[in-house]
Amino acid sequence: MKYAEEFRDPVAARAVLDKIAEVVDQIGATAEKPVHIMEICGGHTHAIFRYGLDKLTPAGIEFIHGPGCPVCVLPMSRVDECVQLAERPEVIFTTFGDAMRVPGTRKSLMQAKAEGADIRMVYSPLDALEIARRNPDREVVFFGLGFETTTPSTALSIQQAAREELSNFSVFCNHITVPPPIKALLDDPHMILDGFVGPGHVSMVIGVHPYDFIAEEYGKPLVVAGFEPLDLLQSVLMVLEQIRDGRAQIENQYARVVPEHGNAVSLAAIADVYEERPSFEWRGLGEIDASGLRIRDAYAAFDAEVKFQIGYGAGPRHVEEPEGCACGAAMTGRMKPVNCPQFGLGCTPEMPLGALMVSSEGACAAYYQYGGARAVEAAE
Amino acid sequence: MCLGIPGQIVEVTDEDRMMAMAEVSGVRREVNVACIAQGPLSELIGKWALIHVGFAMSEIDEDEAAKTLEALRGLGEAQETLEAMAQGDAALEGTA
Repeated sequence: MKYAEEFRDPVAARAVLDKIAEVVDQIGATAEKPVHIMEICGGHTHAIFRYGLDKLTPAGIEFIHGPGCPVCVLPMSRVDECVQLAERPEVIFTTFGDAMRVPGTRKSLMQAKAEGADIRMVYSPLDALEIARRNPDREVVFFGLGFETTTPSTALSIQQAAREELSNFSVFCNHITVPPPIKALLDDPHMILDGFVGPGHVSMVIGVHPYDFIAEEYGKPLVVAGFEPLDLLQSVLMVLEQIRDGRAQIENQYARVVPEHGNAVSLAAIADVYEERPSFEWRGLGEIDASGLRIRDAYAAFDAEVKFQIGYGAGPRHVEEPEGCACGAAMTGRMKPVNCPQFGLGCTPEMPLGALMVSSEGACAAYYQYGGARAVEAAE
Repeated sequence: MCLGIPGQIVEVTDEDRMMAMAEVSGVRREVNVACIAQGPLSELIGKWALIHVGFAMSEIDEDEAAKTLEALRGLGEAQETLEAMAQGDAALEGTA
């Protein structure tokens, strides 16, 4: 129980942990016959490992790590297209730092930058807008990636660029949405999922209703959670109580930040600038219907796919994963990261083979960072 | 990269572009406040918000801000965000 001491309120944490143990007993879940709970958000995956929640909770709970790390689900073909764009002499390619080390088939953005491409790591698409204003003779492309939390920022930036008639700014749109991959996982006959811990900051934008189908059509509970460790434990308890009671509802543990209907301004900006693609490729999961966004024709002047004739529809899409990479199996919970033959050998955070090792929100990187220290402690 | 970081709005910088100065863990950074503005931007001064990639996404109270910042520090995300902000500043000059 060492990790419980790190909670800001260890007494409250212990009370929730005791209650979790009680409900797990009432359900009759055991290590051999566990309850499978998926945490969708990569930030939650990180927090579970950081605070050792998987070890503090009873063996009757098995956490399945969801596809909620945008860097981890980025297909190699898209990284290749980023490199292709960045290597154009007229382009300044701007990106969040997280995407720099994701391997493509030829190279990562980090390698392309080392070879001389003008790639700049920015904090915000607003930085990319400012770079475009300051460099009117260059084409500034922003790599738009991320879930619904990040999508409003690029939508509002494109609207701003349109107002300023900033003709040298465009977005390479790779925004994806949370509900469709959850539906795809629920439709997968190999997946066993009993309930979900829903993402907090994504839900701050979209609200709780986009998850209704999970309860109504699939009969599974989902609880939107904050990412303090105590938030996570309380949310796990709420999921377990629903399972025990035979309920399937969408509940909101994080109501202090997540409004039921989301953020109206963000949703309006997304609807104005973006529309659904028929399908989008996810690393490890393949093509998923209506899971990605593209820029509407009204904003085509700011769409890097149109401007540079690149991306969906411009060439063959699917690229095989590198030899030995089991990210797909790990992503769908079919394989634990530590059981991958490349884990920690051919694939480390410094030299990632697969995308799950790149970001601190990826399940493999989280296992690598915190799993080693725990194994040593267990041996002591 | 999907988590917001708490910041306090300290000054309106550009009413037309919906921009304000926010203080995040002692670092000042201009942010867009379109998503939390409900009236004149000056009403936001002193308020706390979750800021994600330069956009104030949701107003929060001071206690929630303190708790969230602590959780982010525990995950190393607060430091990562502040580094990304510094990187963004350097990128404007073409040095990052």
